[in-house]
Amino acid sequence: MAQTKVIERKPLSFSERTYLPQIASGLKTTISHIFQPKVTLQYPEERPPIPEGYRGVPTLVKDPNGREKCVSCQLCEFVCPPRAIRITPGEITEGDEHEHVEKAPEEFEINMLRCIYCGLCQEVCPEEAIFLQDIYSVSGYSREEMVNKKEKLYELGGTLPDSHYKWDKKKAAEEAAASGGQH
Amino acid sequence: MEISTLLIKVLFAIIMIVAVMTMAGYSVLIERKVSGWVQGRVGPNRTSIPWIHAIPVLGPFLTKLGIFQPLADGLKFLFKEEITPGHVNKTYYYLAPIIALVPALTTMVVVPFGQYTDPATGVSQPLMLAPLDIGILFIFAISSLGVYGVVLAGWSSNNKYSFLGAIRSSAQMISYELSLGLSVFPLFLWLNAPGVEGGLGLTSVVDYQQSMWFIISQPLSAILFLVAIFAETNRLPFDMAESETDLVGGFHTEYGCFKFGIFFVAEYAHIVIGSALFVLLFVGGWNFLPFFADPWPAGWIGGVLSTIWFLLKVLVLIVFFVLIRWTIPRFRYDQVMKLGWTILLPLAIGNLILNAIIIAFVDSQ
Repeated sequence: MAQTKVIERKPLSFSERTYLPQIASGLKTTISHIFQPKVTLQYPEERPPIPEGYRGVPTLVKDPNGREKCVSCQLCEFVCPPRAIRITPGEITEGDEHEHVEKAPEEFEINMLRCIYCGLCQEVCPEEAIFLQDIYSVSGYSREEMVNKKEKLYELGGTLPDSHYKWDKKKAAEEAAASGGQH
Repeated sequence: MEISTLLIKVLFAIIMIVAVMTMAGYSVLIERKVSGWVQGRVGPNRTSIPWIHAIPVLGPFLTKLGIFQPLADGLKFLFKEEITPGHVNKTYYYLAPIIALVPALTTMVVVPFGQYTDPATGVSQPLMLAPLDIGILFIFAISSLGVYGVVLAGWSSNNKYSFLGAIRSSAQMISYELSLGLSVFPLFLWLNAPGVEGGLGLTSVVDYQQSMWFIISQPLSAILFLVAIFAETNRLPFDMAESETDLVGGFHTEYGCFKFGIFFVAEYAHIVIGSALFVLLFVGGWNFLPFFADPWPAGWIGGVLSTIWFLLKVLVLIVFFVLIRWTIPRFRYDQVMKLGWTILLPLAIGNLILNAIIIAFVDSQ
């Protein structure tokens, strides 16, 4: 059983019953607030700081050598819960600098009307090619505009540092083996 | 009357209407800006006219102050779709906003706002549209008509929220009208005390306060009048007519677009006129400071200076109206009635009797 504690309320004094001293002290608070710094963020010009690990718009990135990292394994397409990702895999043309890489996407579409920003694509990507970065305000005039195409995705993603250079190492190893190495 | 004098009168009237309407519009801006500052926001600061915004420094500054916001608001009200709900009584529904606005604009006819001293003769005369000897009576008579706009709006809307708002508002206004009138009686008793050149005009009140403001000599009257003005203008903490929390929008629930805009302007015009009245009656009108002689020079410069000084005082009072809004929570309806009938009214009557006795005593000496 909860204990009930009856609190004695003192009757209001005369000055309290006139309200006037209370109004005066309230006015003091109100006026002091006028001179305090404003908390408004002037949104389009000022942006809030985006915390580390923020899940914004999914983007595709390139490695510091300018190679597109996606190899169109389609794992992200498979894992995407709202099926927002659509990949058309394609071959890398002969004679290309990155010919040794298995594949590259011919077209990569992320429908931002479907995307739920869950970040599973980023988590599942074996090539660390797709990242949810700090872009958070997406708008467009038509449904078509809201589908991010490959060029747009690379433009948004930019270049991120790479700690593996997986395909460069693989190429170097192959070349070493071809030249009679110990592979 | 000659046609030219008539034309001049009409011109002055139009100038006055434009001035008061502009002031009403800009008190909306004051309201929004000061509310913003009080709440740690910045208030409207985006609206701008491109070619004024292009002026370096000044343009962006004005934009930041939100100077063009009332313009945009007014245009918005003008161009909105005109909707008339199907269940309203059309004649009265359209009449109500006009009836609300007209008294607010009519009262300003007798409100003096400055003084002009003829440099040749040294005779000063007030700047006002109609130098009426019974100014205060005229204002009380006309301003209480404003409640008909509210009542008509509430009744013709055929909506229970509007109706409740209108009923509350009319009851509240009638209750506070009494203390409003009684609170200024002592002033006019002093004004017309034996041996004083008096009258019921507002200019005589201002003239009387040249050395001593009534807010100092009659503080109780000033407080009663201020509280009653808050109630009469339906401002917080007495906004029973609207009370968004329990009556949706009160008497103007069914109003939209320009009809609502007119109600809006009328409300703020009431605030402007109320502030001007308080300044005239208690804070010395265009008199410089208590115990100081007016520094206004003769001629039109003095006229402009005194008008500016008067408008400054009104501005301070309008800001005070807004500050009070964010300081005191709303009264419950029964508390409003209780305050009006059991506290303000007896106090006002007591104050009146006390002052009458003092005057009689002084006179018998």
